[in-house]
Amino acid sequence: MSVDKIIIQNFSLSYSDGTESLHNINLKIQANTITVFFGPAGGGKSTLLRAINRLNDLADVATRSGTILLAIANGSYLDIYDRKVDVIELRRRVGMVFARPVVLPLTIRGNLTYALEVKGEKNKKILDNAVERSLRQAALWDEAKDRLDEPAMALSGGQQQRLCLARSLVLEPEVILLDEPTSALDPISTSKVEATLQELKQDYTIVLVPHSIQQAARMADFAAFFLQGKLVESAPENTLFITPQDPKTRDYVEGRYG
Amino acid sequence: MKKVTPNSLHSSGSAARNRIQRVGFLILLGATLLTVIPIFLIIGVIIVQGFQTITPEFIFGFPYNGMKSGGIWPAIVGTIYLILGTALFSVPLGIAASIYLAEYAPDNRITQIIRIAIITLAGIPSVVYGLFGLGLFVIAMKFGTSILAGALTLAIMNIPVIISTSEEALRTIPQAFRVTSISLGATKWQTIRRVILPQAQPGILTGVVLGLERAAGETAPILFTAAAFYLPRLPESPLDQTMALPYHLYVISTQVPGMPAGIQYGTALVLLILVLGMNLVATVIRSRVRARRQW
Repeated sequence: MSVDKIIIQNFSLSYSDGTESLHNINLKIQANTITVFFGPAGGGKSTLLRAINRLNDLADVATRSGTILLAIANGSYLDIYDRKVDVIELRRRVGMVFARPVVLPLTIRGNLTYALEVKGEKNKKILDNAVERSLRQAALWDEAKDRLDEPAMALSGGQQQRLCLARSLVLEPEVILLDEPTSALDPISTSKVEATLQELKQDYTIVLVPHSIQQAARMADFAAFFLQGKLVESAPENTLFITPQDPKTRDYVEGRYG
Repeated sequence: MKKVTPNSLHSSGSAARNRIQRVGFLILLGATLLTVIPIFLIIGVIIVQGFQTITPEFIFGFPYNGMKSGGIWPAIVGTIYLILGTALFSVPLGIAASIYLAEYAPDNRITQIIRIAIITLAGIPSVVYGLFGLGLFVIAMKFGTSILAGALTLAIMNIPVIISTSEEALRTIPQAFRVTSISLGATKWQTIRRVILPQAQPGILTGVVLGLERAAGETAPILFTAAAFYLPRLPESPLDQTMALPYHLYVISTQVPGMPAGIQYGTALVLLILVLGMNLVATVIRSRVRARRQW
């Protein structure tokens, strides 16, 4: 039935300044599901997320070992840290949304067409279609359709975050990574984004670092608990939130620390 | 029970505190005035003494009668040529170097040495640049005393200024824009060209204009490399000598006995207008860019 979209094998990573690192992570992420990485701050969730589209290349990584495999056509896998991998192309297939909505200093339209334009797309029809499709997918079309040429920074925080989500969908990636996408949003915007994600998993593989344990429980098709750079345990749906096996997970879920 | 009135909040120390406040305020205000007043005095005196001299004949005329009569047109044209030449050599090079330092250079020993070199270069006295230009451009490269040699000398003096201010402008752009752009599949250069440079443009422009203003007013670097004492015609090629406003001002103020004060002040005023005019143009362009900004 389900396909493993991403396979993480014996993956370890450390930064030169000694901050947050990962120790020997093994994890499979299924296609068309929402996989949730949760745990207290500094546990390595964001680091692992950024390792999946090699955004860590920009950071000061001291050591890295193990592999991350991404499923590509006809059942074969691509080792994303292979020297021959085109990192730009990888990032087009694996989109990312950050905790604080970062809209580029362009118009709403300009933000959405950016990824296509840097790819060399000039056809106005294709660009316009991509703008409408992605805004609809991110549930922002009705609010933004009449102001596409206004500065994106004029949008509210919740709208900006949905714009960032839409922007990551423009290239029709295979995987979307979301790092606490609702941490800066009010409850109404948060539920809009969550509903959008539930829709999107039909077509995409979603990896979410939730901003709260409640959100983790609400959203997870599969959950992985991270603590101090280690993957403590992982299980489908809300198993970890109801019957965790590891005492560390139980204590965290019950709110004894974190 | 004792009633608390607003007055009881005033302790006995409050009068002393108020006095200290007032003294501190006066010291800060005084320091500000001390820096501003001389500027207005200088500009004021030059305008009052010089504005009657400024006539079309003075601006567009050629000097004669030992420079005691006529105008300063060759010096104005010469200065404009020197500024253009300096901009031509220093702006592209300086901006390119600042992009390298801000966006590409690894943080290692070599980069640190380059930075120290740039700071040191910015602190070198301008007369040293003048002698360097004399040795390299005028004599070794055989450009002779010429606009080309003078502009190159001014450009070398100007480059560290442009690099420092442009790099600063680039560094103020939030890192989040770079990460976001990269995560959308843009290359580093696309990120710089489409996001970073448009954002940094006003800051870079300010640095460029400040540098060129300084170059326009410098005397020492062109003293041995470009400037002619008296040349009552316009330069025809980059290899010609030229008169230039700052050097001409120096000459008519110190080297020519019996020079009418009006010509001296008039020349100073023209130089001032030229430099402040560049500033004004930069300010206008900057505010236009800001108004066009889409965020």
